[in-house]
Amino acid sequence: MVAFIIRRFIQSLFVMFVVALVSFAMFQFIGDPVNQMVGIETSLAERAALRERLGLNDPIVVQFWHFILNAVSGDFGISYQHKRPVADMLLERLPATLELSAVSALFSLLVGIPMGVYTGLNRDGFLAKIFLTISLIGISLPTFLIGILLIFVFSVTLANAPPISVFGLFAIDPSVLQLPSFGRGTVVEIGGWRTGLLTADGLKALIMPSITLGLFQLTLIMRLVRSEMLEVLRTDYIKFARARGLANRAINFGHALKNTLVPVITITGLQVGSIIAFAIITETVFQWPGMGQMFLQAVQNVDIPIMAAYLMLIAFFFVIINLIVDMLYYVVDPRLRVDTGKAAGHG
Amino acid sequence: MATPLLQVCNLVVEFPTRRGTLTAVDDISFDIAEGEVLGVVGESGAGKSMTGAAVIGLLEPPGRIASGEILLEGRRIDNLPYEKMRRIRGREIGAIFQDPLTSLNPLYSIGRQLTETIMTHTDMTPTQARARAVELLAEVGIPAPERRVDQYPHQFSGGMRQRVVIALALCVNPRLIIADEPTTALDVSIQAQIIALLKRLCREHGTAVMLVTHDMGVIAETADRVAVMYAGRIAEIGPVREVIKNAKHPYTHGLMGSIPAIGHDADRLEQIPGSMPRLTDIPRGCAFNPRCLHAFDRCRQDRPELIAVEDGQVSCWLYDTSAGRTTAEAKAIVASRSGTAMERADG
Amino acid sequence: MADAHTSAPGLLDPLRRFFDGDVWASFKRSPVTVGAAAVTLAYFMMAAFGPWIAPHDPFDLAKLDLLDSLIPPAWMADGDPRFLLGTDDQGRDMLSAIIYGSRVSLLIGFASVLLSMVIGIGLGLLSGFVGGAIDAFIMRMAEIQLSFPAILVALLINGVVIGYFKTHPEWQVDQVTLAYVVLVLSIGLSNWVQYARTVRGSTLVERGKEYVQAAHVIGIHPAKIMLRHILPNVMGPVLVIATIQLALAVIAEATLSFLGVGVPPTEPSLGTLIRIGNDYLFSGEWWVTIFPGAALAILVLAVNLLGDWLRDALNPKLR
Repeated sequence: MVAFIIRRFIQSLFVMFVVALVSFAMFQFIGDPVNQMVGIETSLAERAALRERLGLNDPIVVQFWHFILNAVSGDFGISYQHKRPVADMLLERLPATLELSAVSALFSLLVGIPMGVYTGLNRDGFLAKIFLTISLIGISLPTFLIGILLIFVFSVTLANAPPISVFGLFAIDPSVLQLPSFGRGTVVEIGGWRTGLLTADGLKALIMPSITLGLFQLTLIMRLVRSEMLEVLRTDYIKFARARGLANRAINFGHALKNTLVPVITITGLQVGSIIAFAIITETVFQWPGMGQMFLQAVQNVDIPIMAAYLMLIAFFFVIINLIVDMLYYVVDPRLRVDTGKAAGHG
Repeated sequence: MATPLLQVCNLVVEFPTRRGTLTAVDDISFDIAEGEVLGVVGESGAGKSMTGAAVIGLLEPPGRIASGEILLEGRRIDNLPYEKMRRIRGREIGAIFQDPLTSLNPLYSIGRQLTETIMTHTDMTPTQARARAVELLAEVGIPAPERRVDQYPHQFSGGMRQRVVIALALCVNPRLIIADEPTTALDVSIQAQIIALLKRLCREHGTAVMLVTHDMGVIAETADRVAVMYAGRIAEIGPVREVIKNAKHPYTHGLMGSIPAIGHDADRLEQIPGSMPRLTDIPRGCAFNPRCLHAFDRCRQDRPELIAVEDGQVSCWLYDTSAGRTTAEAKAIVASRSGTAMERADG
Repeated sequence: MADAHTSAPGLLDPLRRFFDGDVWASFKRSPVTVGAAAVTLAYFMMAAFGPWIAPHDPFDLAKLDLLDSLIPPAWMADGDPRFLLGTDDQGRDMLSAIIYGSRVSLLIGFASVLLSMVIGIGLGLLSGFVGGAIDAFIMRMAEIQLSFPAILVALLINGVVIGYFKTHPEWQVDQVTLAYVVLVLSIGLSNWVQYARTVRGSTLVERGKEYVQAAHVIGIHPAKIMLRHILPNVMGPVLVIATIQLALAVIAEATLSFLGVGVPPTEPSLGTLIRIGNDYLFSGEWWVTIFPGAALAILVLAVNLLGDWLRDALNPKLR
């Protein structure tokens, strides 16, 4: 077990190294940091001095070393565009992205897994076919299109929709269902963390973005759970369990489900990382003030410090999540735990 | 005469496929008495496993029982609703499958798998069930059962696993066990032990066994009676010694001749020319007639019924006494076949 | 059929077997799949013959008239029969824009899939043949890349290349061409892993076979013979991967264009059109976004359905 963790840790370091290399390379090959940071009037002498101070005349390896040191201590430099420390900007926007990602992930798991189990157990049922159709649509629609469609229905159309009269007795005003499509709503600040979860406004604002972000994941999870379930239901141990007269509930939700969820855990864990990345698109569609939006603007403005910092932060998240998932796998699957005692008895 | 424990009457199992309906089991009938071991032997595809699956009610769809009856102690069980059949499974009819590795759920301890089965069919408390589980493990010869009861399947060797499987099948004392190739996946050295164990336990508990296998050696060792299946039909059925020493059906005779025996002096093994027909292509009349050296007109026209001969039954027109031939003459004809098919062709 | 056994398996044999077999039969039997194939074919035709079937040329900046901008679809109150689906903010006919846009999207999609295939198959073969450190390195890279979502990699490559050209204005490049090349590169480079793995697996299997040693003995380079055996085996899975990747590539391009780092608005793809229209969603000119959106959705849905069916049909376990 210890050897396993050490190995994975070393692998993670390698990944971080590669990403740091790529980020560093961006600085070297794209644009000149000095020219980005100063105005036109700055003299050549001042530029040279600045270059010296920034350590840009040192050998590449030294620069890379400083780069890594800085990154590890949280110093990601100054944004070319905004002239502010990148670290501060990241911290400001982190809560927005994390909240959105967490809610989306929760949504996709809480809805996706049951849907997957249902379609696995009721292979040819009518409801199952509907779920499968939804899943196909979920995979086929690009995230941004889902967002736009949701906005179109719940913000634009509902806003202008006339009240619907029910049997002439009373009227329902559909615009009540209207959802905000812009920003986070009212946020509450708790110890430096701005959260939207504590206000009705904030929660309403979360609905469409998290559905948009989570729909693709939901589809993936549902299909995965379904196919794993179908595989598991075909195994010999399920056949043997049936031959022993075990109840359907015990078989489906005991044996089958547990075996299904083991590979699902890994893949889901890995997907959580990509949710944070896909947030870029969702944040753009909904004008959500998160890290993703910041990154996109940085790409458009060639603001290298932000791009590099975002990359490394994301890589860091991925690596941590992968490690957690690996350990989770270890906890759940007894086959991975090597027995310290005598493993096999005699025939 | 006491009612046999199991009666199978004119069982037909069909598989609708795109290319037409496949008849896997074509009108077979046999009985198993209390505590008796009936061997069911035949080549791959002869229908032995299907018969076992049909008896325990675990035919995989689209396979289905097209006609016929299966009676357990005189009550029909082939047409029971799922819940009623489920209660019979494990409690009254158990099963053992070929591969002990895949028969056990890798994520559950074997203790858990045992107690679950026990508690499904009895009123024992978890503590009682666990005590019983330990007892069972001791009975099947697992050393240090109190410690091993909490271990996982991958921590046992192949032979040990099959012992666990046997424990699981016998844990609530069913009247009949369907053993489908129980030793085929095991090392030859372990096979004998497992067979001996099975034989001993079934005798001690008075459990009848339907032992499905292609291995005549195992049959000779363990069975009281044996049914020889060919192309979904029963060719011959009778006491083990009789069938092996004095095979009546030409196919059985050929089978016995093709088994090398120590002390047998011949240079070549006898071979039955040709091969078993595909289930979609069964010849008219007797399924064996194209390969039978003694076939005559009636064999190619009418399918033979099971004719009672001495202690058993044979499905061969040679034994139809109404045609004027005595049993002794028929046996002589079949036994007259000697040497190889090649020599016969010349001679 | 004695001859079939003496010649080595050719590339056409799988195709022949395909049409004779269950796969084609199952295709004909599933109306959904036939529909999907028809729709996909329609898009391909549209892409191929676009300039001839479109009523207007939306890429010809000279012909656009700002007075024609934001006209609703023809069946609505202020519609104009000249522009069946309305016009966008530049006065482009939506129908034509969609046809031309699909063309662009499919072009980029195909090109990037092709690029991924070439890189993936090449690296897979290399990994499998050579083994050792190179294999380990390639597979390690694959793993790392797989843990990052393709869209992020594409965005990054895109951003970096465009950034490079922006900060080095001495390189004069046509914006549109640059965009095409960068898109194909970035999407292609972010999607090669699956091909590599599949081909590598196949290569390793073949390497273990005896005819490879036999080839050594005769003096023929085993690589030549292995290729003839590997490629037919691998065609099926590669085809499935390619189909699904096509849908993903189209989505990727649309996403990147929507985000503003893709095809520029002068010769818009479907994604760019959606981006343009997004600004007008709230002011009531919904058709500028919704129609391209629908066109994109239908195309991807059809390709996905086809890919799904293909995967099931070629899966030996399900037969």
